Amino acid sequence: MYLRKTILATGVALSALATASFAHAEPTAEVLHWWTSGGEAKAVAALKEDFEAKGGKWVDSPVAGGAGDAAMTVLRSRVLSGDAPAAVQLKGPAIQEWAEEGALADLNDVAAAENWDDVIPAAIQDVMKYKGDYVAVPVNIHRVDWIWANPTLLAKVGADTVPTTWDEFNALADKLQAAGITPVAHGGQPWQDATIFETVVLGLGGPEFYQEALVDLDDDALNSDTMKAVFDQMRKIRGYVDADFPGRDWNLATAMVMNGDAAMQIMGDWAKGEFLAAGKVPGKDFLCAPTPSENGYLFNTDSFAMFNVSGDDKIAGQKLLAELIVGEKFQETFNLLKGSIPARLGVPMDKFDDCAKKSEADLKSAQDVGGFLPSMAHGMALRGHLSGAIVDVVTAHFNSDMTSDEAVSRLVEAVELAKD
Amino acid sequence: MGASQSTESNLAASIQRHLSKIVVAPSFAASLFFVYGFILWTGYMAFSKSRMLPVWDWAGLRQYERLWQMERWHVAIENLFIFGGLFIVTCLFIGCLLAVLLDQRIRAEGALRTIFLYPMALSFIVTGTVWKWLLNPGLGLESMMHNLGWESFKFDWLVNSDMAIYTVVIAAVWQASGFVMAMFLAALRGVDQDIIRAAYMDGASLPRIYFGIIIPSIRPVFLSAIVVLAHLAVKSFDLVIALTGGGPGYSSDLPATFMYTMAFQRNQLGIGAASAMMMLATVMAIIVPYLYSELRGGKKNG
Repeated sequence: MYLRKTILATGVALSALATASFAHAEPTAEVLHWWTSGGEAKAVAALKEDFEAKGGKWVDSPVAGGAGDAAMTVLRSRVLSGDAPAAVQLKGPAIQEWAEEGALADLNDVAAAENWDDVIPAAIQDVMKYKGDYVAVPVNIHRVDWIWANPTLLAKVGADTVPTTWDEFNALADKLQAAGITPVAHGGQPWQDATIFETVVLGLGGPEFYQEALVDLDDDALNSDTMKAVFDQMRKIRGYVDADFPGRDWNLATAMVMNGDAAMQIMGDWAKGEFLAAGKVPGKDFLCAPTPSENGYLFNTDSFAMFNVSGDDKIAGQKLLAELIVGEKFQETFNLLKGSIPARLGVPMDKFDDCAKKSEADLKSAQDVGGFLPSMAHGMALRGHLSGAIVDVVTAHFNSDMTSDEAVSRLVEAVELAKD
Repeated sequence: MGASQSTESNLAASIQRHLSKIVVAPSFAASLFFVYGFILWTGYMAFSKSRMLPVWDWAGLRQYERLWQMERWHVAIENLFIFGGLFIVTCLFIGCLLAVLLDQRIRAEGALRTIFLYPMALSFIVTGTVWKWLLNPGLGLESMMHNLGWESFKFDWLVNSDMAIYTVVIAAVWQASGFVMAMFLAALRGVDQDIIRAAYMDGASLPRIYFGIIIPSIRPVFLSAIVVLAHLAVKSFDLVIALTGGGPGYSSDLPATFMYTMAFQRNQLGIGAASAMMMLATVMAIIVPYLYSELRGGKKNG
């Protein structure tokens, strides 16, 4: 009897406490991310400031390590124990996977109020939506298919622009090699091999082929002569890199271009940050040009997925956060710091550098012809197990003397195995 | 009063009697749950359809079938045998040799022993990073030889798909052979000096004494060393990550790095669990016969 009374009293006290805290509730959002260093950390701090300026309470949950692997492990356990953070840095089809588990919140009312359907590029909307409902918000667009070149080295063999076809690319690389210059700076890590691979697929096969092969995983496309030609070109590029490339980090490869040890690097526009941080000027100290393709554009978009939370303060915080992230102000500040371009159309580009302006202009023209495509190597096009199977074959081919025929048949096999 | 006193002393006595069990119980319960409980759980996961999140749907042997169809798993297993075999044999050989040499009552033995044992104090991450720099052709040994004028010197194992796994062996041997040496040294010191003196009297040469008497008499240490080294080999993870990152490509993958990739990077918990169970089976294949022979031997002696 006494015990029951105590429980009752505690219950009443607790609910009184809870009501009290609701009465004073401020919009609260816990944000799980792994942007803990350099420009990325600054970019997150900018978001936090905006959020707090609007009266929100920001709970920071940074989990560094393993390029997000550690954060994903934390996320799994948090969701399984029923205590998901409000917003999680998550990208590509991983968003769909979490939505399938029923873990993501619906943002449609914010989307309608803020007109997201009109300002976010359609291809990116597809990534952010699950069955037509917004469940995540994009923060940026990185372009993957860039060549970063050292103009001084190119001038030594009489070239003043970056090649626009892969044949020209090979011709230029041969000339550079003959002149004793390493044509391509590359880091031999699987994702970097895959980055080159997908730009070659886009260039040699065209946007339609890219879509069939690396997004739809069409058997005929994977098993085609075009794919063989892609592996032939990969083998050529393998001959253009220096001997010490295995295991090298991408930023060290960028430094090679910067310091004149190699002429070109194929890498997404996060490489630009390295040049800018060293005080280099685009167009003068380094060149940025898309890899050869016909109006293709491979995007890599970071985003925050919004998880189901309970409590009015948390839901309000989540909606406020979503609104701010897609808002023009944040998109501008964040992307100036991160080196990418806004994931929202119509943000004024005058504060951005020339490479970013080119990226934005190309995005528009690529979108008109269906060339605006998700990157496979950066987890935008396929679920982890599928892209992983492709990357395994690409990196095994690049780092051995496997023939293109064998690579194609292994590719088909690996995708088949991963699918079921 | 008298009654309560006797209860108290009873209680005290029973605590006294069971103290050791009470002290051990929490850690026993924890290891029962966290080690054996999770082994069972992983075992079940390997039979489930789990991908991103653990699910309980039964999939039979499907995950094992998929695992054994993966080219990358075959590379990892093959690497485990190359790495494990060479690592154990080389460590035993170097460790034993160093111990015998140190056993010759030499000067500064303490200092030398510390030097040889010291690598064991480093974390595998540090060992991996240091050897990565040493073996990098553009940075380490090869470039040093080139700078010294030996232009034809070539040592590019780290960047060569066929040889990368052997660099892992080099680094691991460097780290662990000092430990093996310490084990052997302790055993050598425990050998009965009278037998050795007797052998001397009979005119046996020093090598003869070692091969004929001392080494056979420390045979159990070989077994212990092999068991320690074998499980080090099967669970190697950080060394590979730091040294080669599993590369070039995935040519120096080991089962542990494979498991990590599948479970934590590719949302394939089922395959990850299946590969973990295969690793457990490998360790069991080594440990169980060892434990069996140890326990049986114990009974015989007792």
